[in-house]
Amino acid sequence: MANKNSEAFKQPLWVNNPVLVQILGICSALAVTAQLKPAIVMGLSVTIIVAMSNVIISLLRNTIPNRIRIIIQLVVVAALVTVVSEILKAFAYDVSVQLSVYIGLIITNCILMGRLEAFAMQNGPWASFLDGIGNGLGYAAILVVVAFVRELFGSGTLFGFQIIPQACYEAGYLNNGLMIMPPMALILTGCIIWYHRAKNKDLQEN
Amino acid sequence: MATKKFKCKVCGYVHEGDKAPEKCPMCQAPQSEFEEIVEAAPAKKGLNTNSNVYTIVYSAVMVIIVAFLLVFVSQTLKDRQTANVINDTKQQILSALNLRDLPDVAGTYSKVIKADALMKADGSLATYNGEFNTSYKSESDNGNLHVFVAEIDGQTKYVIPMNGLGLWGTIWGYIALNDDRNTVYGVYFSHSSETPGLGGEIAGLKFQSRFPGKEVVDGNKVGLKVVKFGKADKDSKFEVDGVTGATITSTGVNAMINKVLSAYVPFLTAANVESND
Repeated sequence: MANKNSEAFKQPLWVNNPVLVQILGICSALAVTAQLKPAIVMGLSVTIIVAMSNVIISLLRNTIPNRIRIIIQLVVVAALVTVVSEILKAFAYDVSVQLSVYIGLIITNCILMGRLEAFAMQNGPWASFLDGIGNGLGYAAILVVVAFVRELFGSGTLFGFQIIPQACYEAGYLNNGLMIMPPMALILTGCIIWYHRAKNKDLQEN
Repeated sequence: MATKKFKCKVCGYVHEGDKAPEKCPMCQAPQSEFEEIVEAAPAKKGLNTNSNVYTIVYSAVMVIIVAFLLVFVSQTLKDRQTANVINDTKQQILSALNLRDLPDVAGTYSKVIKADALMKADGSLATYNGEFNTSYKSESDNGNLHVFVAEIDGQTKYVIPMNGLGLWGTIWGYIALNDDRNTVYGVYFSHSSETPGLGGEIAGLKFQSRFPGKEVVDGNKVGLKVVKFGKADKDSKFEVDGVTGATITSTGVNAMINKVLSAYVPFLTAANVESND
């Protein structure tokens, strides 16, 4: 049992990463990865919400009427997202301004519904909690990697600090404007998936 | 006493009584073809999670719990949130005066901003006595033309709130003018949902630092304008380069400046009249 729990946590980090293997949560991955800071806050928010909603749904799983289970899951997720958004507004106002609509859009993040339906409905609270943390961190990791590349080459900064020295710009270096655009996030995610498939041969389809 | 029901398996005839008839009155099938209809006894209450009543009660309870939770959270955090919004608005006004990222916003605000005034039709200012309000940016639409009178290093500056539309949503800003009510001292722009890295750059210093020193009033209309990046005439005192790759947002900034400041023309030109005398 302990082994199963640690698998629930470890699998989604790399081998069964929600973004790379299940291709879930792509839309928000495109939207918030132009800079590192919002990407990290987004990753952490999703981790917290996925873990908490997984636990709640797992506790309720035997009482939820089967016909309205998706709506119940949605209500739980929506309530949690609203609470997180309110807390951010009260205690981290600048971050909440920066993330603007994307906090609200966590509700529509497919990872949440996917994990609730596929895992929390069948497993106990502790396993569900680990599964939620694992999936959230797996998602956050991809966001951070993509945001790192995009911010470094798109704006020449990391966390808003100038990294590429002014001398390079004077020598004719230009920031890559395409990096800032959402399509580049898709291309980068594609590259990571490519690497991931090359490392995990059993996922390759013929 | 409730009677039992028997159904003929051949023709479907339903007989009510204590036992099945000898022969089916419809198809003459023998008694053996009849079977008793057993009404499905309702499962133990509370466990049948598929019944309609359970579903409705469950969702109702769920909604009530969630509603109370959200009301509770919203009420507890409301004061803090309002304080944050007020603080943020003050920081935005001060940003136009080139006082950015302040550690003590409220303190600086009360030191720098001397008055919150409303412009009257003839261009003179009347003191505004209302509460500090977090929606100055849309007040000009209601005909309340706010002007903040600030004092920096002994010199008077005027800050005017503006609002308009960008590409995806609203944009707003504050413009600070020198004592002559014409030369730009500083600007601050922000937006709700412009594209990060493109239209979103209007909130950056790179764009905003192009404004100071430019002039607003051209005759008796607004001369200050944002043009396509690289198209601004170096010698012009009115033209400002827009943001590369964000034509619609730049045009939005231009339209915002023009629309809002046009309403302030009586105030802006009042200084010229005095100085010409």
